[in-house]
Amino acid sequence: MAQQDTVEPTRRDFLYIATGAMGAVGAGALAWPFIHQMNPDASALALASIEVDVSAVEEGQSISVMWRGKPVFIRNRTEKEVVEANAVPVDDLPDPMARNANLGADAVATDENRGVEGNEALIVMVGVCTHLGCIPLGQAGEFGGWFCPCHGSHYDTAGRIRRGPAPENLLIPPFEFISDDVIRIG
Amino acid sequence: MAGHSNYVPQSAAAKWLESRLPVISLVRGSFVDFPTPKNLNYWWTFGGILFFVLIAQILTGIVLVMHYTASTDAAFASVEHIMRDVNFGWLLRYLHANGASMFFIAVFIHMFRGMYYGSYKAPREISWILGVIIFLIMMATAFMGYVLPWGQMSFWGATVITNLFSALPLVGEPIVQWLWGGFAVDNPTLNRFFSLHYLLPFMIFGVVLLHVWAFHTTGNNNPTGIQPKTKQDTLPFHPYYTMKDAFAIVVFMIFFAYFVFYIPNYLGHADNYIEADPLVTPAHIVPEWYFLPFYAILRAVPDKLGGVILMFGSIAVLFVLPWLDTSKVRSGAYRPLFKQFFWIFAAVCVGLGYLGAMPAEGIYVVLARILTAYYFAHFLIILPLLGFLEKPNATPNSISESVLGGSGSGQPAGAVAAPETK
Repeated sequence: MAQQDTVEPTRRDFLYIATGAMGAVGAGALAWPFIHQMNPDASALALASIEVDVSAVEEGQSISVMWRGKPVFIRNRTEKEVVEANAVPVDDLPDPMARNANLGADAVATDENRGVEGNEALIVMVGVCTHLGCIPLGQAGEFGGWFCPCHGSHYDTAGRIRRGPAPENLLIPPFEFISDDVIRIG
Repeated sequence: MAGHSNYVPQSAAAKWLESRLPVISLVRGSFVDFPTPKNLNYWWTFGGILFFVLIAQILTGIVLVMHYTASTDAAFASVEHIMRDVNFGWLLRYLHANGASMFFIAVFIHMFRGMYYGSYKAPREISWILGVIIFLIMMATAFMGYVLPWGQMSFWGATVITNLFSALPLVGEPIVQWLWGGFAVDNPTLNRFFSLHYLLPFMIFGVVLLHVWAFHTTGNNNPTGIQPKTKQDTLPFHPYYTMKDAFAIVVFMIFFAYFVFYIPNYLGHADNYIEADPLVTPAHIVPEWYFLPFYAILRAVPDKLGGVILMFGSIAVLFVLPWLDTSKVRSGAYRPLFKQFFWIFAAVCVGLGYLGAMPAEGIYVVLARILTAYYFAHFLIILPLLGFLEKPNATPNSISESVLGGSGSGQPAGAVAAPETK
């Protein structure tokens, strides 16, 4: 056996490996269209941003709008809700991160980082439970925020997970004010 | 398989075909002359019953597709169209929907039979593993089929189950969007599920053929777990087991028909007669009954990824079952301790099914955790240890001896064995 180890590879060995490698690259290149066709297509990506007029949402009211096939909750919170949200120390939260796409990934989950900048009463969140994707019910649960009926996740008035199996706070989508009243989500 | 046939073609046409494609001797070797242990009880008929249900599902499915429309705008209405307008559409749909439940009833009995009589043990490990693969494809098929009517349970069931993959670190989110073809369950999801729901039953059919091929190579297991030793221990498959299976299938059809004609929606959920609404989640989401034990395991774990791992693990453990059971005795009939643990395990599975249907709170969560722990302990602790701790009863010397209760070599044995040798 030791003798074989020293044998110089032949040109036939090289051709064999090169042919095999070429075949593998070709098979992979051909497989990719079959796999990639299942990813979100151009029409799904085209729906990736919407514009919403939020001026009509009075204090204590919520609206749900569809964004990327999911509901987005827009709530103009009452003063009491904002006070409650501010009263919670960040250290007590199961998920201490803000999960706000408009801020850095290391932003902490203070109410300030969850609400809309300059209008803290307003909150914009993807209304999808971070556990397994159900729609939480508004103004329900033990913390007066949102409650997911599927597997019992309780969110507070800033949409932060407080109890239950959900691992993360409700996500805050990327959005910006394009005029005084209208936000563009996405 | 063909090797078991003593078929000699007689007619010129049969000789012509046989010398070009030996299909007649293949079929005769597998399903006519095949030597089958003569002591198979009625628990063994569930293989035949499953084959019948698979064919019934494929046939009813093919005709339902002639009237169904896979589009989020039209799917729900097209199912109602099948129920109200299509000639016998109600019957075909109820057969197909209840047929899925019948498939799982039969497959669960079939699997527990295999566990009780040690059918997974050497040399039948490959048959068992192929069976677990069939079970996995069945679950995927049933899940995707349930999405097609596009009711509330369809939509939210699909959302919850596909979201299981989001528990995976890093790749979770891209995988889920790839499964959906978008950012939520939507039209692309429905269309691909329809495509796969049509494909997978044919894959099941293919794996079933391998499954049969495997245990026809090793020979069937039987209630004694001992191998046939002489010709006296076996009977030809036809007419003995074709008739026994046919009788069992007819009895099963009566059971099936009771559901189809008297309680066709008993196993379903009323919420699925409400069209899918992506903005409203039903108050109480539960999967179909056959997924409930696995659902209970998922919910028993307070951690999202941990729950998903244990749920898939509860099926993955079946793949290594042949190597977890250390006992040298194959059949549970001669294992006094195993027998008791087997029934405890069966009760635990039923208990998990019950807990899966209950809300995930209070005592139900505690019980689900205990039963989940026991489920895994059965495979990973009890079965490996039993092989060393248990003193099995004496096994009979032959199948004939166990059937006749005596020596197996006396006059009655000859009389019973006579029909096959004449």
